[in-house]
Amino acid sequence: MTTESIAWPRSAVESRPLVQRLHEWVITVDHKRLGILYIVYALLFLMIGGVEATIMRIQLIRPHNDFVSPQVFNRMFTMHGTTMIFFVAMPVLFGFANYLIPLMIGARDMAFPRLNAFSFWMTAFGGLLLYFSFVGGDGLYGAGSAPDVGWFAYAPLTSQTFSPGHSTDFWILSLLVSGFGSIGTAINIIATVLCMRCRGMTLGKMPLLPWLNLVMAGLVIMAVSPLTAAQLMLLVDRYLGGHFFDTQAGGSAVIWMHFFWVFGHPEVYVLVIPAFAFASEIIPVFSRKAIFGYPVMVAATICIGFIGMSVWAHHMFTVGMSSAANTFFVLSTMAIAVPTGIKIFNWLATMWGGQIDFKAPMLFCVAFLFQFLIAGLTGIMLGSAPFNWQLGNSYFVIAHFHYVIVGGILFTLFGAFYYWFPKMSGRMYSEPLGKLHFWLFLVGFHLTFDFMHIPGILGMPRRIYTYEPGRGWDVWNLIVTVGVFFQAAGVLVFVGNLIWSSFRGELAGNDPWDAWTLEWSTPSPPPPYNFAAIPEVKSRRPLWDLKHPEDPDWQYE
Amino acid sequence: MSASYPTIPASDTEWILPARGTVAMYCLIVAEAAIFTIFVVAYIFYLGKSLTGPQPQTVLHAPIFLTICLLSSSLTIHFAVRSLKTGTLRSFALWWFLTLALGVVFLAGTVREWQRLIYDEGLTIQTNLFGTTYYSLVGLHAFHVTVGLFALAAVSIFSICGLVKQEHAERAEVLSMYWHFVDAVWVVVFMVVYVVGR
Repeated sequence: MTTESIAWPRSAVESRPLVQRLHEWVITVDHKRLGILYIVYALLFLMIGGVEATIMRIQLIRPHNDFVSPQVFNRMFTMHGTTMIFFVAMPVLFGFANYLIPLMIGARDMAFPRLNAFSFWMTAFGGLLLYFSFVGGDGLYGAGSAPDVGWFAYAPLTSQTFSPGHSTDFWILSLLVSGFGSIGTAINIIATVLCMRCRGMTLGKMPLLPWLNLVMAGLVIMAVSPLTAAQLMLLVDRYLGGHFFDTQAGGSAVIWMHFFWVFGHPEVYVLVIPAFAFASEIIPVFSRKAIFGYPVMVAATICIGFIGMSVWAHHMFTVGMSSAANTFFVLSTMAIAVPTGIKIFNWLATMWGGQIDFKAPMLFCVAFLFQFLIAGLTGIMLGSAPFNWQLGNSYFVIAHFHYVIVGGILFTLFGAFYYWFPKMSGRMYSEPLGKLHFWLFLVGFHLTFDFMHIPGILGMPRRIYTYEPGRGWDVWNLIVTVGVFFQAAGVLVFVGNLIWSSFRGELAGNDPWDAWTLEWSTPSPPPPYNFAAIPEVKSRRPLWDLKHPEDPDWQYE
Repeated sequence: MSASYPTIPASDTEWILPARGTVAMYCLIVAEAAIFTIFVVAYIFYLGKSLTGPQPQTVLHAPIFLTICLLSSSLTIHFAVRSLKTGTLRSFALWWFLTLALGVVFLAGTVREWQRLIYDEGLTIQTNLFGTTYYSLVGLHAFHVTVGLFALAAVSIFSICGLVKQEHAERAEVLSMYWHFVDAVWVVVFMVVYVVGR
């Protein structure tokens, strides 16, 4: 594992003029470069979405605040939700999938490199289209700029009557365009995992990250397509005078809810399954043990994928469905806790008796285990229909799903950033700054989202731009907003760490973590062709076999 | 440098993975099927909920001839691909053109059907829920037929120029999978719109 092999590409790249190097990034079809483009693009939007969240929290810091107008507040929560789901979470996870899957399965690129580039640029321009609404959304009506219909855009808010101008059109088109990109990437991931594995890597010997991303991609195909269909219907309504969601002509507003959540709930699993994948790679390496219960992990993931397709209407208990529908969706929602619980126990069993090394990636994964469990428990509360009638549409719901997305997904994502940063950049991050980031973000996260449950239980509805004093909500909202600044400070430390370390960090070498999967056998950063000779594997931990020829894994698997 | 790669001595065991084009086309078909499912669900959900006429019972006539054309085009494209696999290029071209022609007949039939509905029956996408759901569902299918026809036409031009060889059989087969899917969707659309929905 020498570092001299990286000397050649580095100097060769830096000797070329800047314009030429940028041009290479624009026309690239290399999965590693596209992966990094996805990640950088998502980080930019993470900052934008974070600023929008901060604006909302400043507005709610005390009752009768007038930091922003109600109209701006509506735009902020719409843009925050849309940005974070479609232009932060999905691109960043696709970025990691793009970067890591070919390296982990011993391939030189994705199955369809040009489709890969096409998908990235579709997603990128989808994001630009959404934010162009700030400029072009007014239309002829002076009707407000950015979309303000909420991220799930319930009918009839989206009809021409209630959304004049073009802001809603920008929302529809940007999701449509980025949706095509997502489907393209998902097809690419499936084809790569199924058709490009190196010799000897049967499905049973594939690392968990490609496995889980395969399930994620399958969910994208089945979940994003309904959203595409629903957006097409909305376009027909808005531009061709159709009546799909037009209650005046006999259409149904509730069917939009079904169509949206048929996408919306599996989307949660689209986001969380890659997070599970990161945890499944990081926890074993920092516990110095092989993953516990590999086949069960795979089975549980597939199980989550299937059950995840049949729980969507638990977002709609307050709409008033039949009792049969309520019962079905309560039971299916409860059922999904079983495979998820299996996974949590498997990660704990992996750590049990291991030599745990609390580096930054592991810290984030441990926090993830704890927080994801709590998120699951509030999920069970919200998943039982009668309790949901009490808590639905309150800040309790907001606290619950931010616990999943921030406490679960974002924490493992930060862990993944620190874990694979040495591979992607060739340099180590600063461990003290990583730990500072962890503690700042952990404190901020818990200040914000633990205390956000309470005003929800006390009856504070979501999406209100201000509230009356003396309802017992004031102090909780103050604490929640204070937590935001800790989180923002943590993210700034994180971004600063990445930027500083990619220029000044220590050289990492091929395998700084003494890890076991194929990506750590390549130089850091890997050359464009990844592997000089396509490897052949005999077990789930090929680098363990290489480092321990006297006691290889394949004797036991 | 090669020493850092885990090249365990190469074995002679067979290592065959599925073809990526086939896998990707299956994935695309699943994605498209999900889109069509939503439109079909909307069509069924809104059956009989139109507040004003015209209603499907009075204006729709089952396009039996067009259906036969489209379904038999699945057969012809299958024969075309089979001919290409055995290398009989002339027979491939013949079957392929026939497929293209059958697809064009189907699309022309849809155009005439829509013309009749719009100008004679006064049913547009704005008229009522039936119009909205009918034109969206049948239109979405017709759009897929059109895309398929462009692809078939491209291969036909390649074939005339003598560029299609036996080694392209796998690619032609991937395209034929899409065409079979478009035909299968028509079976669903036909059943829902012209049989159950009437």
